[in-house]
Amino acid sequence: MNNHILSGNEAVALGAYQAGVKVASAYPGTPSTEILQNFCTYDGVYAEWAPNEKVALEVAIGSAMTGVRTLFTTKHVGLNVAADPLMTLAYTGIPGGLLMVCADDPGMHSSQNEQDNRFYARFAQIPMLEPSDSQEAKDMVEAGLLLSEQYDTPTLLRMTTRVCHSKGIVSMDAANQAPVPKPEGFKRDLKKFVMIPAFAKLRHPLVLEREEKLKAISEKSPFNRMEMKDTQIGIITSGISYQYVKEIMPEASVLKLGMTFPLPTTLIREFAGKVDRLFVVEELEPYIEDAIRIMGLPVEGKTFFPRLDELSPDTVTAGFVKAGVLPSDLPPLREKAPGSDMPRPPLLCSGCPHRALFYTLNKMKAIVHSDIGCYTLSVLPPLQSIETTLCMGASISMAHGTAKAMEKAGIDDARPVFAAIGDSTFFHSGITSLLDVIYNKGNVNVIILDNRITAMTGGQQNPGTGKTLQMEDTNAVDIMTLIKGMGCSRVREIDPFDMEGTLAALKEEVAHDGPSVLITKRPCIQLFRPDPKAVRVVNPNACIGCKMCLKLGCPSISQGDVIPDEKGKKERRYAFIDATTCYGCAICEKVCKQNAISVKKA
Amino acid sequence: MNRKTHDTTNVLVVGTGGQGVITASEILSDVAMVSGFDTKKSEIHGMSQRGGVVTSHVRYSDKVYSPIIMEGEADLLLSFEVAETVRWLHYLKPGGRAITSLQRIVPPAVYAGMGSYPENPEETIRERSKNPILVDALPMATQLGNPRLVNTLLLGMASTLLDLPLDKWKTVIENRVPPKFKELNLVAFEQGRSVA
Repeated sequence: MNNHILSGNEAVALGAYQAGVKVASAYPGTPSTEILQNFCTYDGVYAEWAPNEKVALEVAIGSAMTGVRTLFTTKHVGLNVAADPLMTLAYTGIPGGLLMVCADDPGMHSSQNEQDNRFYARFAQIPMLEPSDSQEAKDMVEAGLLLSEQYDTPTLLRMTTRVCHSKGIVSMDAANQAPVPKPEGFKRDLKKFVMIPAFAKLRHPLVLEREEKLKAISEKSPFNRMEMKDTQIGIITSGISYQYVKEIMPEASVLKLGMTFPLPTTLIREFAGKVDRLFVVEELEPYIEDAIRIMGLPVEGKTFFPRLDELSPDTVTAGFVKAGVLPSDLPPLREKAPGSDMPRPPLLCSGCPHRALFYTLNKMKAIVHSDIGCYTLSVLPPLQSIETTLCMGASISMAHGTAKAMEKAGIDDARPVFAAIGDSTFFHSGITSLLDVIYNKGNVNVIILDNRITAMTGGQQNPGTGKTLQMEDTNAVDIMTLIKGMGCSRVREIDPFDMEGTLAALKEEVAHDGPSVLITKRPCIQLFRPDPKAVRVVNPNACIGCKMCLKLGCPSISQGDVIPDEKGKKERRYAFIDATTCYGCAICEKVCKQNAISVKKA
Repeated sequence: MNRKTHDTTNVLVVGTGGQGVITASEILSDVAMVSGFDTKKSEIHGMSQRGGVVTSHVRYSDKVYSPIIMEGEADLLLSFEVAETVRWLHYLKPGGRAITSLQRIVPPAVYAGMGSYPENPEETIRERSKNPILVDALPMATQLGNPRLVNTLLLGMASTLLDLPLDKWKTVIENRVPPKFKELNLVAFEQGRSVA
């Protein structure tokens, strides 16, 4: 036996390699990122970070059109970006196997919403598989590619954070059901691939026919299976919820659904007929439950199991207690200990260049539309620098709308309007927004926080870094030249650690009427090791405990010993800098009015 | 209908971003796997890397379904930071054990007035867990030569409470650390065992 303990994401990468996938494209996004990071390490494959999910899916479609097995991965909200190609891809189909892995994030561990992407499979009428652990995730890769090839459709492999990031034991052996087909190359087929209205009208009926065929497959799929035990209770479940059900209801009968579009309605009816009381346990929306209700079957689900957040063995237990299935005299949960509610939100790192920028930007008393990335963390105290965060690229276009509306409606508000966006997010979908501002003569101050990496997802390469996913050297886009070419000459680079210079630049751009772009050019601190010589220390003879440095929200700065009492004064404490985590960015030294912070004297 | 209690060992590893929680739980789950157990491990990556709360659930048994531990069912709470120990104490089953480093990492949120650091965490831990092991692991690791050895020290302590073969622990640790740190890690592991 050749077993390893793998995450769902690692298992998908292995499965894709073993199933002969040659091309993969994606934009990084938690919890999907590690799939391509692992896949790209296998021999003989091509894997790339695309600037956004729409581009990535289009690359994948072009690849699969040649008959080559292809992988596209995304986080749930990324599929919104890729929805445009998806909805028509569902009409054209592709000769090569195309697996679209979509990682949902119930509970929003690292996302702006918790949309349930199972509806995309129904919306696009494409088959969907839902793994419940790492081994299944691996097995479903080849199964999904086979479905794709046999039914001329992309297959959606819908995962969730708990499947992507949980590890379980996986057999490393290749266990292909069928040989990998030899690609036939690109073949002209105008009525299939050119979706002018006349040809699209010919394709739509085929989509409906395909759905009927896939439904027959779903009825017989080995991924949809009955596990009959006590028939008083029957539970239909899919994905990670299956594991929770098996954990806490080992005596109940279970219909485990691994292929959840199209749903196997005959199998569901058969299972329902065998049990006294039918439940559906599923995360987020009542996707399966509503379908069963439409079939006219009595079923219970969301009355007991929340639509909000991810499920857990605890919430599934609570649901079955509420339903009167489990006894209500279970031992009461232990109370949380006093002090357990202390907040410990994620933070900008020690030495992060974003901190300096936002500290300075706060002095402008501006309306700041932010984007999605590490810098979104500046919303939290003590910085609290930004007003909005919606979706990738929205900061610039929203700032434009706000500025235009304020001007046209004569709103009495002197605050300047800023947009703050990271380099990778700018490449993702900020460029078109900036084009809108420039074209329509907007008055928006754009700040591109260029830290030379896609940081929030753990440090991925992007079109600005000069390296590909597979770490080959490549062109690094020159943002200044790009923006000038778009017609905005008012663009320059600034150093956020030069806080005086930054403030002066911000003031100049606010005074200027029209679009402007400032690029804060400072690499992400995670790309460096700390320099022990740069570590800052607090001089106790100068520190008065005023807490100015604490207003930076730096994880390395805390409060130390009490400053010796002077009668009648409130107790104050010395600032303390943790030498093991300080990167020596020195912005605390710059904000300290007592000159109490400096490098350690040798 | 009854809720069956599975004979599964549940270890909750907790700390803050960057402390080594994930590495510790990876080593533990590897040890469980090579000892012949069905093993699952679950944690949340992403934003928690940025200094936030990190938890990793490790479960092993003949057959494991859920990758996450239920509240009140952890056999062992293994913690890198004392306020985090307090935060997750309610996951311990009655009689469950806690091993905690006494390191305190006060989040800037506390200085921003968003809450306060738990008062007297050591006392709370002693009140709410059976014979907890409280160790000032950071100075111990620093003295051994590297603050990152907290990880291996804590695993050494955990190995005395978990029913996993000693040789498997050593093999997994040897295979995971860079060759030049192998000896040092084995020393730290043994020191952890002797402390517990």
